[in-house]
Amino acid sequence: MASDAHTNTNHASNHLETATLEGKNKVLGFWLFLAAEVVLFACLFGTYLALKSQTMSGPTSMELFDLNLVIVATALLLTSSLTSVFAMSAMNQRKLKLMQFWLGVTVFLGLAFLILEIYEFVHYIHLGHTFMSSAFGSAFYALVGTHGAHVTFGIIWISSLMIQAQKRGINTDTAPKLFVSSLYWHFIDVVWVFIFSLVYLLGKVG
Amino acid sequence: MGTLTIMVVVALFLAAIVLGGYNKNFLERVKGSTVWDWMTTVDHKKIGIMYFMSGIVFFLIGGLEAILIRLQLMVPANDLFVGDIYNQILTMHGTTMIFLAAMPLLFGLMNVIVPLQIGARDVAFPFLNSLGFWFFTAGGIILNLSWFFGGAPDAGWTSYVSLALNEYSPGPGVDYYVLGLQISGIGSLISGINFLATIINMRTPGMTLLRMPLFTWTTFVASALLLFAMPALTVGLLLLMFDRLFGANFFDYTMGGSSVLWEHLFWIFGHPEVYIVILPAFGILSEIISTFSKKRLFGYTSMVFATVLIGFLGFMVWVHHMFTVGLGPVSNSIFAVATMAIGVPTGIKVFNWLFTMWGGEIRFTTAMLWAVGFIPTFVVGGMTGVMLAVPPADFQYHDSYFVVAHFHYVLVGGTVFGIFAAAFYWWPKMFGKMLHEGLGKFQFWTFFIGFHLTFFPQHFLGLFGMPRRVFTYQANVGLESINMLSTIGVIGMTLGTLAFGINIYRSLFIDKTKAPADPWNGRTLEWAISSPPPEYNFAQLPLVRGYDALWVEKEAGKKELTPAEPLGSIHMPSSSYLPLVMAIGVFISGMGFIARGDYSMGIFGLIILGIAMFMRSFEVDHGYHIEPEEIEKDKGVDA
Repeated sequence: MASDAHTNTNHASNHLETATLEGKNKVLGFWLFLAAEVVLFACLFGTYLALKSQTMSGPTSMELFDLNLVIVATALLLTSSLTSVFAMSAMNQRKLKLMQFWLGVTVFLGLAFLILEIYEFVHYIHLGHTFMSSAFGSAFYALVGTHGAHVTFGIIWISSLMIQAQKRGINTDTAPKLFVSSLYWHFIDVVWVFIFSLVYLLGKVG
Repeated sequence: MGTLTIMVVVALFLAAIVLGGYNKNFLERVKGSTVWDWMTTVDHKKIGIMYFMSGIVFFLIGGLEAILIRLQLMVPANDLFVGDIYNQILTMHGTTMIFLAAMPLLFGLMNVIVPLQIGARDVAFPFLNSLGFWFFTAGGIILNLSWFFGGAPDAGWTSYVSLALNEYSPGPGVDYYVLGLQISGIGSLISGINFLATIINMRTPGMTLLRMPLFTWTTFVASALLLFAMPALTVGLLLLMFDRLFGANFFDYTMGGSSVLWEHLFWIFGHPEVYIVILPAFGILSEIISTFSKKRLFGYTSMVFATVLIGFLGFMVWVHHMFTVGLGPVSNSIFAVATMAIGVPTGIKVFNWLFTMWGGEIRFTTAMLWAVGFIPTFVVGGMTGVMLAVPPADFQYHDSYFVVAHFHYVLVGGTVFGIFAAAFYWWPKMFGKMLHEGLGKFQFWTFFIGFHLTFFPQHFLGLFGMPRRVFTYQANVGLESINMLSTIGVIGMTLGTLAFGINIYRSLFIDKTKAPADPWNGRTLEWAISSPPPEYNFAQLPLVRGYDALWVEKEAGKKELTPAEPLGSIHMPSSSYLPLVMAIGVFISGMGFIARGDYSMGIFGLIILGIAMFMRSFEVDHGYHIEPEEIEKDKGVDA
């Protein structure tokens, strides 16, 4: 925005998302936002680890967690991260249709993950493990639920960006948006890796 | 929903009356009005002024609460404000001063000054800047509405559980705290990200990191602290909200929860927070002392290093607020050593200020008086800080007036003195008018003497055994005369604040003389452009050729900055009403959740927020351009 000199510096590079100063700002600002998100999730993880044994005679993590289901969910989410990389690569080659296809796959996998998670929560509630039943319950749903809320937001966000890309094509205005949404999606994925190890795997060994 | 409809209708009605009737031109007249211009602005200077002004309003409210506290404690066994009411005043005094006065006053200064100091035309995210301000305002209003609807929060500004849980704090008080701070906290986080991105990406050519003025550097580090500290508060408040509103058990020990958890989350945020409000004051001091000593800042690089080090260490000292919890000697010792270590970079700063003045051509303007008053006052606060950092001694000082004296020495003697100094220093740049020096000096002396009279005796109150947060004390245990002295000191601070109010009124409404571009013989970029600056700040981005960029040019005998680009059309972001709509959405949502029982309003507010976010995302807006001819015209007017 400051000058045209800035706009033209990145001709050689094919990274459309950082071709303008606005784009650069957006990408940098989003990395900073993700740093804040790291602290947010770190606090939730800390809370969970501090409270995870306080089950108050309700079901424990050993009894509750079914790793088979969680592994399927993990596979879905990790694959969606890969497809979002494909989408970004398509974006930088200016291939709108290909990008939309991979974004669509990403959203679809995200939705599948979300459905599995909802199924899992409903199942736990039937077993007497609720948000209000114990400190363990509160901490579990706060952490995994916050992740789920992030996935939900990501799905809505990426879908609405797909509509925008369809209408306006891939340009220096839409590219940074698409790029940061894919950063966000990777971040959700990384958080899930930690949830998988610190909540589910650790929950299975006691 | 009914109340909301009535409020909307009343607002439209009032707007129609003010703007002369409702007809087909109504909307255009609304859009042409000054109020609409300010409500929708994305100009960092206007947003800065709004931050600063709302900070002053909240500072007055918090000050009033302080006066009431001292009135109650003036004599033993007083019954002016007993029990619950006293707790509410005390809680709101602390919460208001930290979150709604100190932070916005500093954000205001950062917003106006930092882009000018780095030679930028705007901040990185003008829209988010406005959003951050309106979120802060929404949160501040929610917090203060508590006085009228159901009672203010009364669990202390730290809102420790279990006291803050439903069982011991029934009623909506703590809900106002939780949701008000959550909303204003999100605003602060947004501002922090904005400042960081601005300072990293928007510097003018030649403005390398080690040429940035100290105020920019401290803003940068304080923003990094905001970025990493705010989310801890967000989580703490979120969990407390779940416990209070939705029956979760994070902090309820009967259900396996932990009250120490809240203390950790709160202080992981809370300790960096005190550096968030003190570091910018350090930056202000460095600018002012250097300018009014007519010398380059002594030890610039060590100042930058000390700032970064304080920011870094600020994250590993939070347990010193919790020495008496019983976390064990090992953790207490580690945090004690880390806390004392912060004394080293802070000491570096103090000596650098002294050496900057040494042999300088000192001018005692009001700004310089505040800066010079800052140093000994802050040193006293720092020394009691090191005393408090010793765990065995802390067991004696903990929760006594000694602690109250300590943190008022650093927060008033540090942050508030710094803000007053900055107000006098940068006022011409913000408003294009000068503040009256005589009134300013009167303010300094009354406030300075009043401050020390109020808080110096409180050290002894603490050592003699008076606990903090209590609403009364017994006669004949040796606390009467000290408490009386402490209350008398308030008169001085009140007079000083009134003088400041008169000074502001005088400068904005009575004084007609315009401020010169460079009233103090300044050294940094902001003094190279007119006061107040044009909306695009710099007609041509300046080329920075050294630290103290303007001084370098002055020493080379030049009157203007060297331009880094030819005169050309300038791109500007367009105003937007969406930040205000989003803030209204979260405001309605916050109030809806506080009302409890029926959450439809809470959800309705979030829907408004969501719709506004979609509108923003789908909006195609490339801003507008200011052409060189217009810039030339502006220049002509200035000369």
